[in-house]
Amino acid sequence: MIVYIVRRLLQAVPQLVIISIVLFALMQAIGDPISTLGARVPPRPEEKARLRRMLGLDQPAYMQYVVWLIGNDWLKLDMDGDGVRETPGPRRGILRGDLGNSLVTRQPVVTMIAERLPNTLLLMVTAEVVIIVFSLLIGVYSAIKRYTPVDNVITAGAFVGFSMPVFWLALMMMYLFAVNFKRWGLPYLPTIGMYDPAVGQTLGEVVRHMVMPVATLSIISVAGYSRYVRASMIEVLHQDYIRTARAKGVREWLVVYRHALKNASLPFVTLIGLDIPFFLAGAVVTEQIFGWPGMGRMFIDHTNRSDFPVLMGILMFIALAVVVVQLLTDVTYSFLDPRIRLN
Amino acid sequence: MATLTADPTATLEPAPIAEISFKPRSPSELAWRRFRKHKMAMVGVGVLVLLALYATLGGMLWSRGYCAPVQATLSGEAWANCNDTGQKLQGPSREHIFGTDAIGRDIFARTIYGGQISLLIGLTATLVEVVLGTLVGVVSAYYGGWVDSLLMRFTEAMLTIPSLFLLIVMAKFFGGKLPALNLLGRELSGSVVVIIVIIGITSWMYLARIVRANVLSLRELDYVSAARALGVSNTRIIMSHLLPNTFAPIIVSSSLGVASAILSETYVSFFGLGVQVPTASWGNMLESAYKYLASAPWLWFFPGMLIVLTVLAINFVGDGLQDAFDPRG
Repeated sequence: MIVYIVRRLLQAVPQLVIISIVLFALMQAIGDPISTLGARVPPRPEEKARLRRMLGLDQPAYMQYVVWLIGNDWLKLDMDGDGVRETPGPRRGILRGDLGNSLVTRQPVVTMIAERLPNTLLLMVTAEVVIIVFSLLIGVYSAIKRYTPVDNVITAGAFVGFSMPVFWLALMMMYLFAVNFKRWGLPYLPTIGMYDPAVGQTLGEVVRHMVMPVATLSIISVAGYSRYVRASMIEVLHQDYIRTARAKGVREWLVVYRHALKNASLPFVTLIGLDIPFFLAGAVVTEQIFGWPGMGRMFIDHTNRSDFPVLMGILMFIALAVVVVQLLTDVTYSFLDPRIRLN
Repeated sequence: MATLTADPTATLEPAPIAEISFKPRSPSELAWRRFRKHKMAMVGVGVLVLLALYATLGGMLWSRGYCAPVQATLSGEAWANCNDTGQKLQGPSREHIFGTDAIGRDIFARTIYGGQISLLIGLTATLVEVVLGTLVGVVSAYYGGWVDSLLMRFTEAMLTIPSLFLLIVMAKFFGGKLPALNLLGRELSGSVVVIIVIIGITSWMYLARIVRANVLSLRELDYVSAARALGVSNTRIIMSHLLPNTFAPIIVSSSLGVASAILSETYVSFFGLGVQVPTASWGNMLESAYKYLASAPWLWFFPGMLIVLTVLAINFVGDGLQDAFDPRG
């Protein structure tokens, strides 16, 4: 097991290196960060050149990558442009946990991610719980009621669910539960942000603001997942051990929920596991439209300003999360299903 | 066999050979028979035909109106791009049945011309995806060795970044670098090509893996060894022995690819990095629509409905194809 984990982690290294090179190459042409830094007065060319030198943007791309990777504190830099290399570099590189500083806010990227990550996780974890519960309930129910009108309605609903762009669903919900409920004098839900600044960040406020983003994220995923649960439930319900259980006179709900669901939910574990990191990303649209101060929105805000250290930081963080969670999923799976041997 | 046993008298009095001979059904004929029985898939095909007619003939039939700024009656795409600011943000009415947008363009006409773009993007981006995915999958599986490990490491690396992030970064990377071009009498913004390419190059990975797995198992079969022993060239083995047998998974996965390409376009456009105005697409019609959430719901309702309808229809067709090609599933 340990050998397997170590080997998988080693295999992940070239994967992360490749993706970092591809992303870094793309970052070279997403726009000039300096041109977005202008105050009311546009900076003069010599000021721009000085900024570029101080931020290390005057270096060739491969050198910038090396600095990003392993830092430049072992180098002497020419900061004032007099041709003499005298200042030691400030960066320690991503391999030593330094993701660099944002070009826009000058804050360390690590701090910025650490600030936003809890907000994203709050949204994600809540949504994930809602998704697991509802996918299982709906999937099992429609598997039992296969080919009945109820099942057909659920199937149609699921198809509509995963055919919808996330933000369009969000718009529809905002229109109904915020705009029209307010118009009709009903209690309505807020559309933007994490809490009302006038009230402050209380538990009730945050929960009220979470309802719609969580619902948006959940509906689309439940639509897809409940189909998988249904399919694997149907497969399991046809197996011999289920017939044996029924023949022994085990009550139907026990057969379904204890005997069948246990095996049917195995593929579901993998599915959820593989999707969790992508969920961090799936929130980009939801966070943007509901003004939720999470990592996804930070990504969009900083894309618009070509702030590549922040973008690289977020992307590499997600890539690492993907690798780690995939490994954890495989390990969990081998515990749940002893027939699977990792090697 | 059914034709042989259908008539019990046939066994008593054998008919001449020529009369009882029947054409064996090819796998694709069998698949088509199963597909036709899938009701929702057939509804999906019907809806797609209607949508295609809407996007093509619709422009000739219904895109016409008096454009105040140029003081003339315009038709076709010119009408879809006519911005009459005096008419901005009008609700649905007799002249503008879907209403007008923030600068007074007719939303109905724009959904027609935007539909052309969205459908075009869906189809061509999938084509790019299929070509890339099949190429990587086949080459990787057929040649094996270091080629395989290199290509698969790259595929895995691409899969570790959620595609929406890649799409956004690539849209920024390629954005505004292509000139406008002329296609089928329409002036298209270069951004259309950019979107097609980036959706294609961010979505081929799953297909490549499917194709690779398929070719890996086919490669070991006797008929391929036989072909190799006969001295058939690699290209020919791939083109005429391996590819036709991976056709089914490619078809199924690319039908669903069209749906996700159309959705991807709306996401990229939602962030303002998609198809650039004045060229309309269903995605960019929604771009700033959320600013008019309460004041002009018709702005986002109609293009959104068309996207959902299209994607839904394609998903039904994809589901039908899956059942048709893989009756066990």
